[in-house]
Amino acid sequence: MMQLPCPWCGPRNVTEFRHHGPHSPRPEVEPASVEQWHRYLYLQENPCGPVEERWYHSAGCRRFISITRDTYTNATQPGEHP
Amino acid sequence: MESGGAVQSRHSNRPGSGRTSRRRTRRAPQPRYSAGRLLSKGLTKADWPKVWRHHDLKPRYDVVIIGGGLHGLATAYYLAAYHGVRNIAVLDKGYLGGGGSGRNTAIVRSNYLTPEGVRFYDRSLKLYENLASELNFNVMFSQRGHLTLAHNDGGLRTMRWRAEVNKVQGVDSEVIGPEEIKKLVPSMDTSAQARYPILGALYHPPGGIIRHDAVVWGYARAAAGLGVHLHQETEVTGIDVRHGRVTGVRTTRGDIATGTVVNCTAGWATLISEMAGVEMPVTTSPLQAAVTEPVKPFLDTVVVSGTLHVYVSQTDRGELVFGASVDPFTSYSVRGSLEFVEGLASNVLKLMPGLSKMRLLRQWAGLCDMTPDYSPIMGPTSVEGFFVDVGWGTYGFKAGPVAGEAMAECISTGRTPQIIAHFGLDRFRSGRLVGEKGAAAVGH
Ligand SMILES: Cc1cc2nc3c(=O)[nH]c(=O)nc-3n(C[C@H](O)[C@H](O)[C@H](O)COP(=O)(O)OP(=O)(O)OC[C@H]3O[C@@H](n4cnc5c(N)ncnc54)[C@H](O)[C@@H]3O)c2cc1C
Ligand SMILES: [Zn+2]
Repeated sequence: MMQLPCPWCGPRNVTEFRHHGPHSPRPEVEPASVEQWHRYLYLQENPCGPVEERWYHSAGCRRFISITRDTYTNATQPGEHP
Repeated sequence: MESGGAVQSRHSNRPGSGRTSRRRTRRAPQPRYSAGRLLSKGLTKADWPKVWRHHDLKPRYDVVIIGGGLHGLATAYYLAAYHGVRNIAVLDKGYLGGGGSGRNTAIVRSNYLTPEGVRFYDRSLKLYENLASELNFNVMFSQRGHLTLAHNDGGLRTMRWRAEVNKVQGVDSEVIGPEEIKKLVPSMDTSAQARYPILGALYHPPGGIIRHDAVVWGYARAAAGLGVHLHQETEVTGIDVRHGRVTGVRTTRGDIATGTVVNCTAGWATLISEMAGVEMPVTTSPLQAAVTEPVKPFLDTVVVSGTLHVYVSQTDRGELVFGASVDPFTSYSVRGSLEFVEGLASNVLKLMPGLSKMRLLRQWAGLCDMTPDYSPIMGPTSVEGFFVDVGWGTYGFKAGPVAGEAMAECISTGRTPQIIAHFGLDRFRSGRLVGEKGAAAVGH
């Protein structure tokens, strides 16, 4: 089974995690423009190749973690983000 | 594309302008398939002629369609057959039908949730009913009925809702109880003791399954017969846009000048749109399916359970085809997984315990272009001459005929037909989403 490197729990089966997709911080509510909300809500990156993503270790440490994954091969490594 | 003559005026760029009548222009000039010809070929042992030929890439086409799946081929066919646009190239990086069109589980139905969706998919179903004679190709459409099970009150409520929306549009669709379900599918465990008891089902008699490869080949043959160039192993690597207008396409076999490009690449759709500078709310996830060894026919409806994330039908060859929900994360990998088979087997057995001794023959995956509202994205974009027919997720095979018909009209007349008016890319800005998740997430 495919495994993800959790910085807290070590390599764990992918079925323990929830995928949250590429890192995309929520805009500040007040100053955000319609365009920024549109971008945040709908325009997720969808590259074929390496991308840094958020995963939630729901059946483990229950923390959000950052992983760099090649979406073509599904090879993973720890991400840059905390 | 920088070479001279590529960019022309807006009007000469629009294919078939002025020819908006929806008249069939000419029948495919290929030899017709018929029982008589089958007999004579059988007696003389003569070879059947090639169904489509290899062409050199021309330096210029009126319309370049990227993606040789059902959607690209159907769009080409309707453009050529009904709009008099013949100078068309369909480009595929692999082989025709090598994407989702050759990997799907071939369920055709129109019992969707929104009025826009129901109308659209029902037009497709009607086109499918006549497709074999339209294309002179047996597409083996079997309208055997389609059951979507409800295992809880929430599920039953959605089924009632769908049934009412369907009936208003004249679609044959009703909620039935466990006894009627048992009559239709004796092999299913409809007892109250089942792990997930069945409370009822949405029954849709005109739904069924079709021979997906035959649909692809039928459209390809008919389009080729009308002069469309089908280029396999021709990967698009770039799209040229000048002053907000498409001017050409770059491929691994050379450059093409054109004023009209259609993106029909499903799972790869964002990569292609990006080449033209168009952003779309689409993500790519694999969807897996599996098939068993063939057994004697015992199941003559399609059975779907959203709660159990599984559906099953039996092919004409006797194999059981199983499908499920889309994989839980985005990916461009089409490797099957053991998790999928394990989950699938355990869920199928909750529905049909009698299948426990059956063996799976193969499993596979295809890429799905998922949209936030589970409806497609169709029509023009902010780049003039660049059209999209994408966002087909796990449900786009049934839509091939109507999508091809509507995209052809959209391209040749320059106006968006009413039947796809709600599926424009701009809906994500205006907030007018067409939410079909309740009817498309597992049932496809
Ligand atoms: C397992 C599975 C089960 C499904 N079950 C059903 C079902 O029961 N009912 C239903 O209605 N739908 C179903 N679907 C969905 C359906 O298969 C798709 O929505 C549909 O086939 C999409 O057709 P298409 O022609 O748009 O794309 P595809 O058939 O995927 O064709 C896209 C083509 O684009 C080509 N391409 C990509 N990039 C490039 C490039 N750079 N240059 C040139 N060519 C390129 C690819 O090679 C491919 O051939 C299922 C899908 C899967 C995977
Ligand atoms: Zn962890």
